[in-house]
Order: sequence, then structure tokens, then C-alpha cells
Amino acid sequence: MPGPRSMRELLRLVGVTRRFGGLTAVNDVHLTVGEGEILGLIGPNGAGKTTLVNVITGVHRASAGQVLYEGRDITRLRPYQSARVGIARTFQIVQPFPELTAIENVAAAALFSQAGMSQASARASAAAQLAFVGLGEMADKPAFSLTLAMRKRLELAKALAMKPRLLFLDEVNAGLNSTEVDHAKQLIREVAGRGVTVVLIEHLMKVVLTVCHRVVVLQNGALIADGTPKEVVNDPQVVGAYLGKKYAQLHEPQHGRQSAGAQSGVADTSVGVADTLPAGEKR
Amino acid sequence: MSAVRTTPRSFRIALVLLVLLAGLPFLGSAYALRIGTFACMYAIMAVSWNVIGGFAGYPSFATAAFFGFGAYCGGILLGKSWTLLAAVSIAGGAAFVAALLFGMVLLRLRGHYFAIGSLAVAEVLRELTNTASNLTGGGMGLNIPLAVKGSDSVLGEATFFFWAMWAMLFLCFISVRLIQTSKLGFGLVCIKQNESAADMIGVNATLYKSLAFAFSGVFVAMAGVLYAAWVHYIEPGDVFDVLFAVKPIVMALLGGLGSPVGALLGAFAFLGIEELVWRNYLQIHSGVLGFLVVVLLLFLPHGLMSLTQSLRSRSGRKAVA
Amino acid sequence: MLGVQVILNGLVLGCLYACIAAGFSLVWGVLNVINLMHGSFIVLGSYLAWGAYQALGLGPWTTLLLAAPLFFGLGYAVQRGILNRVIAAPVLVTLTLTFGLDLMLNNAMLVAFKADYRRLILDPPLGTWSMGELVVPVDRVIAMLFALLLTLVLYAILRRSRVGRAIVAVRLDREAARLMGVDVPVIYATAFGFGAAMAGCAGVLLAMIFPISPISSGPYLGKAFVVCVLGGLGSVPGAVVGGLFLGLIESVGSIVLGPEHAVTLSFSLLIVFLIVRPHGLLGKRGFE
Repeated sequence: MPGPRSMRELLRLVGVTRRFGGLTAVNDVHLTVGEGEILGLIGPNGAGKTTLVNVITGVHRASAGQVLYEGRDITRLRPYQSARVGIARTFQIVQPFPELTAIENVAAAALFSQAGMSQASARASAAAQLAFVGLGEMADKPAFSLTLAMRKRLELAKALAMKPRLLFLDEVNAGLNSTEVDHAKQLIREVAGRGVTVVLIEHLMKVVLTVCHRVVVLQNGALIADGTPKEVVNDPQVVGAYLGKKYAQLHEPQHGRQSAGAQSGVADTSVGVADTLPAGEKR
Repeated sequence: MSAVRTTPRSFRIALVLLVLLAGLPFLGSAYALRIGTFACMYAIMAVSWNVIGGFAGYPSFATAAFFGFGAYCGGILLGKSWTLLAAVSIAGGAAFVAALLFGMVLLRLRGHYFAIGSLAVAEVLRELTNTASNLTGGGMGLNIPLAVKGSDSVLGEATFFFWAMWAMLFLCFISVRLIQTSKLGFGLVCIKQNESAADMIGVNATLYKSLAFAFSGVFVAMAGVLYAAWVHYIEPGDVFDVLFAVKPIVMALLGGLGSPVGALLGAFAFLGIEELVWRNYLQIHSGVLGFLVVVLLLFLPHGLMSLTQSLRSRSGRKAVA
Repeated sequence: MLGVQVILNGLVLGCLYACIAAGFSLVWGVLNVINLMHGSFIVLGSYLAWGAYQALGLGPWTTLLLAAPLFFGLGYAVQRGILNRVIAAPVLVTLTLTFGLDLMLNNAMLVAFKADYRRLILDPPLGTWSMGELVVPVDRVIAMLFALLLTLVLYAILRRSRVGRAIVAVRLDREAARLMGVDVPVIYATAFGFGAAMAGCAGVLLAMIFPISPISSGPYLGKAFVVCVLGGLGSVPGAVVGGLFLGLIESVGSIVLGPEHAVTLSFSLLIVFLIVRPHGLLGKRGFE
């Protein structure tokens, strides 16, 4: 999917590194995100994707490097401050306020992230967001009583209620069935359509390929690829990262010619699941 | 543990009860006034504690520290001939600021660590009070002069202090209710449910927690001043007693965690029980108290308010926040 | 020479503190329960030693053999019967519950023994050793050695025996332990039993040195707290390091600031550590 025509830079990471004791979870990452893009952030488990988002949003302090947002240095901002400048995120393991109702959950997000909101206007905004994600009827149900799929949508509604300019969606599709995933894809497109820049951390390749303008790949904390979805999934380094070097070498595209079935690369797999398939086999 | 919600209706009922309570002096009994003054004092402690323990979910054992701090601040100022009103205001202000600043550091701790830290503060304050004997009289205690001029009768003085403590409770109760329905209250509830999620949606958790801690202390400290003025003599072991840290928690649990109305009722109920036990089982009164605490926690973990809620829902009405 | 004396005093005190705290730390670390009865268990142990000596002429070291199983049983019963019902409850509930139980126990002791201090006076008395200018009371040394021994026994049980390893497993990951067939409620009760046994035995040893009264239960509990925070939770080495550290600091502090400030000193240290290094000298980050 081609990206937006003119792209102003919204987020820039300059040499961002995060260390935990002896472990370097994020290693010298340079990245720009343009306004209006839908960026896919992929990589094997443990690659540091969530840690990277944590560093950007202030949950962890960067050990080195800078995070620039709208030209401003936000490296030292704490999570509540980054929320207030228009950065929102969802969590891989959903984090609702369990005993509050759905509408209270979303109203909270609206109330605290934006200046000048009253509790009443926050509630109104919450009602709108719940309707947008299709949870209108569940407004007065406590969050703990919602199914996983609904809680994911609630998480999205909360993030949207923060009127973000930059939205990180961390594995919104984990645990969802095929229909739910399609619904989620639709929501993501609609959100981007509203002008929100979306960074999608995903394992489901079919989502990444069809929704994202651009994809970056993280492995062992370092950025190893940056390009269109098609470029990235056929990049031998990326294939190697997911499926092992040998597989990558086996299926390297021959000059100009397609070797038998080799164009599948990473695209056919739902990575993160233990099964790896030789090229050509369908699931 | 699910939060017990205070409906506007239960708040109004509690308010009415409070107003009725103000009429206690008209019974003309010094004993009733003494009980009533203690009831108001306990209620201030329980309702205040609920702000940090019930709303924010941080198990604070600092009530004794605030109370003792207020008692000694007040005692010393009154000893220097300051007026009661001045002593109360200054002690309250100082407690608020100290709690706010100290809270910023202490509230980085969670669960047990926070509990111990808050308890340790009372211990340290008590020991410091013991040592600073030039100022505080140390272990010999502090005598506090008459704060009230013109009341020559015992009943008169008792009435004055009852109304003073009552007014403090009224102020405290209204303030806590205002906090509960405010943005701060909402934020605290979010913090209690999931602090990192609260951070991510823009709640300045450090500030909110510290404010909650400060509010949990200010009225208690002011009640301490009133207590000191009322009893005319205080000792460190007396006002920094660890029981002042634990009883408000029991009262709040008794009434229903998270509800100021619950804390109020819990305090009154607790005092009633305590007085009964004291009069009938003096020697084993602390054992009986312990027994009641155990029974309460094992069999009525959501407190008395949850009983009223289940009665309400059984009679077909829905509880709405 | 004063310096050596101070250090020696500190070490003796420290070993006793380690013994006081080891059981407390175990219960806190494994069950995530702060047992506010710990101080009263210690005092009860002291009364046991006193009573055994008065009635049966048993020396404290013999009473240890009696105290361990008795207190283990007591602890096991309390955990299995009462505390287990609220094991998953918030910190507040378990703290207040053990507080209530402690009120009952302490009151019972007050009624039974009155508040007056009693002393366990050994006849013939053990006296003191003098090595040059160093004065070492024999009873303290014996108590210290037994305290160390007890602590080592606990450590060995936790490391070597099946039940000990199960306890450590539960501490590290309760669900995983359960999935591997560990009966978690039994392990909890066993751990609590060990904690109580350590407390009772510590009390027996302390009876040799300090006067006995229900009033002491608060101060003993306070020491246990401080040692746990200083040394780190849930590990015997942590209790030892914390205990020795506190013992030394208090010993030095007695000389420098005066003995009346010992309590303030220890609690101030507690607060400082909570702020700067809540997991203690040996503890791991992030363990609550």
C-alpha cells in the first residue's frame, strides 16, 4: 500500500539504545515516522519491539540516543507527559481498569490526556469512541466482564479518546480469530483515515502486508530492514531473522528469475508461531 | 476486592445523620459527649485514611504519625499562647506540606514496603519527640494549657470540644466527598485499578498519590491538635500509638473499603463495639478486639456497606455510582 | 580495644538479629504475608524456656528441641486454619488479620504472665570470659552460636531437603510449582511453620540474655522488619547479612549517639533503605 503523498516527519529516533544491566534490548535505532503513515514494526519474539515503544512513551528511559517528536526532544518525558502531547499506545496484554465500566475506562483516557476536559465532556467523547469501535452496547459493563476481543477494542477506544497524533498498536490482533482480525484491520484503516499516524507492532503478516505503507524490522534490538512491505518480506536478512539463515540462503531469489516458489519468503507464515514451512506449502 | 460505591443517596443520608449528631450536647450527659467526641475523632481518621487506602489503594499506616505530629504541634503552639484556631491551621498546613513532600518519595514504594515505610515514620517521629524533650517534654509528657476561655463548667468545655471535633469531621467528610467526585478522585481510582495504565493515559500518578497522602493526613493532624487541647496532657507513646495506625484501617474495612460513608459508619460502629468491650471485658479487651478484627476480615471482607448493597439489590434497586 | 569490643558486641547482637529475622523473612518472602505475630511468637518462646527451666530444670539448649516442633505445629495450624483463607487477599487484609491475631495472642500472654519482666537466671550462672581487655559474656556467645546454628539448619533445609526446595520453588513461581505437583497450601503452611519454629527458638535463646515480657513483642517485631529490609527478603543469607549489618550499626551507634537512640537509628536506617534500596543489600530488584 503506497504511503501518503507529502510526508512531514512526526517522530524521529536518533541512535536510541536501551540497556537492562548486561542486556541491550534496543540497539542504536535510527528511525523516522512520517505524518499520516501506517508503519509496521515487525521482528521475531524478543526483538525489542515493545521495549522500543516503552522507550518512546517514557516507560523506560533511553540509555542513549534521542527521541524527537514534532521536532521536540521528548527523550526524558514520563509516560503521563507523552500521553498529553498526543502519543497513545495499546498494550500487548490489555490493561484496562477492570472494575470500571467500559465508558468510564474510555472517559478516563479522554479526561487525563487532554487539557480543558470536564468529566461530562469526557464521558461524551467516550461514548463516541465506544460507538466507533463497536462497543456502544457494552458501555455500562465492567471491563473485567468483556471478552478478550472486546477488551482489545476497548483498549483501542481508550487510545483514540486521547486524540493522539501518534498511535502505537502493540499486537492488537493476538488471540483474535479471522473475522475479528478483519474487523480490526478495518478499524485501523479508519483511524489512519482520521489523520492519526499509526505504528503497528504485528506478527500477522497478512495484516502487515495489506495495511502498512512501510515496514521496519527489528532483530535483537537492531533495525535490520526498512522499506515497503514487499521489499522487506523478500529481504534475505529478514527471512534469515525469522526462519534462519539456511532457509534464507535456500530461498534467495535468483537474478531476475523466480526460483520455484521462492517468492514466499516470510509472507506465508504467521511468524511467532513455531511452525516454519518450506516455500510453496500453503497452510 | 471490589470497590463499594457511594451513591448520592447514601451520602445525603450520612450527612443527615451527621447533622443530627451535632445535637448530642442537648442530652446533657458528659459521658455521651466524651463518646461523641471520640466518635468524631475516629471518623475523621477513618474517612481520611480512606483517601489513600481506599481510593488510591496504598495501605498507609501513617495515621499515627499524622495524629501525633498534630498533637505535638498543637500542644507546643498552645503552650506558647497561640490561639486554638491558629494552632489548628498551622498544624494542618504543616502536615499537608510535609506529607506532600515526603509522600513523593515514600509513595514510590508499593504494598508491604509502603506499609512498613509509613509505619516507620511514626516510630521515628515518636523517638524524635522523645528526644527533643526541651521542646516536647520528652517522655515526661506535655502539659497543655486551657485553650478555651470562659467555659468554667466541665460540661461547657466538653461541649466545646465536641462541637470542635464535630466541625472538623463535617469539614473532613465534605472535603473527602468532593475529592471522590473530582478529577483527583477519578484519577486515584484509576491508579488503584492499574497504575501503569493510569500513567499511560496521562494521570500524573506521583502528584495524585502525594495529594491523596497529604489529604489523608491534614484532617488527622488537625484532629490531633484538638485532642491535645481536649485532654490537656499528651505523651509520645500515647499519640504515636501504633493502634492509631491500625484502627482507622479496621474501621474503613468494617464500613466498606473505598467508601467515605462506609468509613464514617465503620468508625461509629467500631467505637460502639470498643466501648462495649472496654466496659465489660476490660482485662481482655484488646484480645476481644483482635478477635473481632479476625472475624471481620474472614467473614465480612467487604464491610457493612456491602451488606446494605446486597439488601438493596435484593429489593430490586440498582446501585448506580 | 574499644573498637574490637564494639565490633564483637555488634556481631553477637547481629547473629541474634539474624535468627530473629530469618523465619520472618521466609514467611514474607514465600507467602507474601507479614506475620505480625512474629514478635509474640518470640516472646512465647522465651516464656517456654523460662517455664521449662523453672518447672523441669531444662536448660535453654534442651528446650530448643522442644520449642521447634511445638512452634512448628502452632504455625502450621494457624496458617492452614486461618491465614490460608485470605492468602490471595491484598496486603492490607493479611496485615490487619495478623495484627488482630497478635492482639489476641499478646493479650493472652498478658493475662497469663502479667506484664512484669521475668528473667531466666541460670544456676550456676555462665559468667564471662576475659581475653585481655575484651569482656565476653558467655551466655551471649552461646546464644550467638546457637542462633547461627539454627540459621544454618534452616538454610540447609531450604537448600537440600525436598520440602525446602519445594518452598523455594513456590517462592520463585507459585503457578509453575503447582503445575509440577507441589501442594501449595501444604507448602505455605510448612513455610509458616518453619517461620514460627525459628521465632520460638529465637525466643528460647533470647531468654538467656534479655528479660521476658509480652511488652517486648513489638520491639522484636520491629527488629525483624528492619533486618528484612536491610538484608533483602526471603533469603536466609539476606537475614544474616541484614542482621549483622544492623547489629554492627547499633553497636557503633550506641557508643557514638548513646543507647537510647538505638531504635530511632534502626528505623531511620529502615526508611533510608526503603527509599534508596528497598530490595536490601542482597535482594533482587523488583521483588515486592
